Amino acid sequence: MAHSQGVGKVLLTGTVSDSHTWNLVFLELFVEELGHQVVNLGPCVPDDLLVRRCRIEAPDLVVVSSVNGHGYVDGLSAVTRLRAEPELAGVPMVIGGKLGLDGRDEADRAARLRAAGFDAVFDDGDLLAFQRFLADLPAGASTMVGRPA
Amino acid sequence: MSAGVLGAAERTVRPAAPEGSFGRFVADAARAGRLVVQPRMGFSDLRRMRAGLERTRFAAATTVGTVTIDSYTRVGAYDAAHRALVEGTPLNGYPIVAYPVETTRTLLAGVHDESFPVQVRHGSSQPEPIIRALAAAGLHATEGGPVSYCLPYGRTPLRESVRNWARASELLAELAPGTAHLESFGGCLLGQLCPPGLLVAVSLLEGLFFARHGITSVSLSYAQQTDPDQDTEAIRALHRLAAEFLPATVDRHVVLYTYMGTFPTTARGARRLLAASADLAVRAGAQRLIVKTVAEAHRIPTVAENVEALETAAAAASVTDPGVDPAGEESVYREARRLVEAVLDLDDDPGRALHAAFRRGYLDVPWCLHPDNAGRSRSFIDDAGRLRWSAVGRMPITATASAQQPAMSSARLLSALHTVARTYDQ
Ligand code: B12
Repeated sequence: MAHSQGVGKVLLTGTVSDSHTWNLVFLELFVEELGHQVVNLGPCVPDDLLVRRCRIEAPDLVVVSSVNGHGYVDGLSAVTRLRAEPELAGVPMVIGGKLGLDGRDEADRAARLRAAGFDAVFDDGDLLAFQRFLADLPAGASTMVGRPA
Repeated sequence: MSAGVLGAAERTVRPAAPEGSFGRFVADAARAGRLVVQPRMGFSDLRRMRAGLERTRFAAATTVGTVTIDSYTRVGAYDAAHRALVEGTPLNGYPIVAYPVETTRTLLAGVHDESFPVQVRHGSSQPEPIIRALAAAGLHATEGGPVSYCLPYGRTPLRESVRNWARASELLAELAPGTAHLESFGGCLLGQLCPPGLLVAVSLLEGLFFARHGITSVSLSYAQQTDPDQDTEAIRALHRLAAEFLPATVDRHVVLYTYMGTFPTTARGARRLLAASADLAVRAGAQRLIVKTVAEAHRIPTVAENVEALETAAAAASVTDPGVDPAGEESVYREARRLVEAVLDLDDDPGRALHAAFRRGYLDVPWCLHPDNAGRSRSFIDDAGRLRWSAVGRMPITATASAQQPAMSSARLLSALHTVARTYDQ
């Protein structure tokens, strides 16, 4: 694909209450095709497990996917928890999928997710925007480890 | 319309489920030639949930009600469900454990009765608190399975789910003596891209598992897939295997789910797919149909959208004639039967047999991320639109000979997942 620079290791995860997996299977392929290594934690990941695996894997980017309608609530909890860990406070973290139940108040809730520490929110699952985000991640900058595709 | 096509063994008289039970309601409707239709419906808001049950009951169709449980309760996070109730955050289902029993009794009072059974649908591998809550509220029917409520629903080890479901089945049988009904979700698994032989086998094996743990009325499920002829074969295979393997004393019926994968995005496409599933149910002899709505691809449907779907399905069913007796093709039956026999050969206890079968890869769900699934099988949709195996791993069945599929890419996967939606949206 066009912008495959490769940012390094991407940790992909479902949210604590969400058991959907096709989104994760798809995103794993999608991100790998852009030249990154993917660690897929699977569905129903509690915040503690996410933190533990982030410490072990030291990812360059955390991608949270949720489609069950609890994404705003579960995403907020996950990012708050992660940002409270000093060594994880700076890891880039994004969320996307079908985050809300009914489309109400989306902009406000996306803003709250960003304020809590997400670097980007793809609340309509916008893949082009996500691809641009990946391409714009400065390879090798901050915690990034540049890795050719 | 009559009750559909039943194999010879199905026609033999079997002790009926008791008056007022879920199984009896479906059996009576089938005898009268009516397809039972049922929504997927669950709200945390009590007024909405109540309205949903009432409007389902009075829809122009033969209906049973549904209470679908929210995701927090499914994974055992009752505190999170409770917090959402306190804070007024809507949930994606009815939090039956977080609400007091009295609340659920009030919800059901005057709407749930012998002429309107209500089933609880939940997707939990730790079902005991849900079973206790539904029984305490006067309900007897639910859905589940050691495999089908585990592999697609999170991280619980399969061994633990088998243990939990054995206990839960016995608990339900004890709390609702005679009237308990359990439906296997085995005919769905991940909702899409699983060839029918495996769906039929898992559903049948879970039905056997329930029977072994004291349940006397079961339903076996199958989800509409990509090809109506293959689906018809699968539903007939389920009837036939049930007659061959389930104890004669166990009341049973077959329930079809309208397509469980990525749904058409247009209202027209969604309605056509729904109507096709109603048509399939009648032609192949399923006695109950669980519907989907025009909102499926987008968001949780409203009560009105659910009622519309129930009535659309009932109308389509009423103009369909039941098919004639199964003729030629029985490849789904043969594949399912090979899987069932291989599993039952592993252990006398169906739960231990299921667990061993997954450990050895005799059962292997394609594209499933659960760590207890071998993950060596792969599937594809062939040029004629049928679901096929491109790799079977260690399952005792064969892959389609010409199935050398190119490596999977994100674009190819998405295209496969959208095949049905694309066809019906056109
Ligand atoms: C298959 C399916 C299931 C299967 C899942 C099996 C499995 N293990 O995956 C089963 C039957 C088990 C299931 C269960 C449930 N489901 Co479901 N399910 C679906 C269905 C039909 C298809 C989903 C799918 O596979 N899509 C294919 C994948 C590839 O696409 P996707 O998930 O939409 O993801 C795309 C984008 O969102 C984006 N994306 C996703 N994540 C991210 C992240 C980032 C960063 C980016 C950039 C993009 C992105 O990328 C993908 C490709 O475009 C959808 C409805 C539909 N779409 O037709 C409902 C749906 C998602 N389910 C829903 C619900 C509510 C549930 C249940 C709670 C039961 C219920 N009440 O109905 C349970 C969930 C239990 C739990 N603990 O979470 C709702 C969610 C409602 C909402 N968000 O408002 C939906 C929309 C159906 C509906 N209309 O009610 N489900």
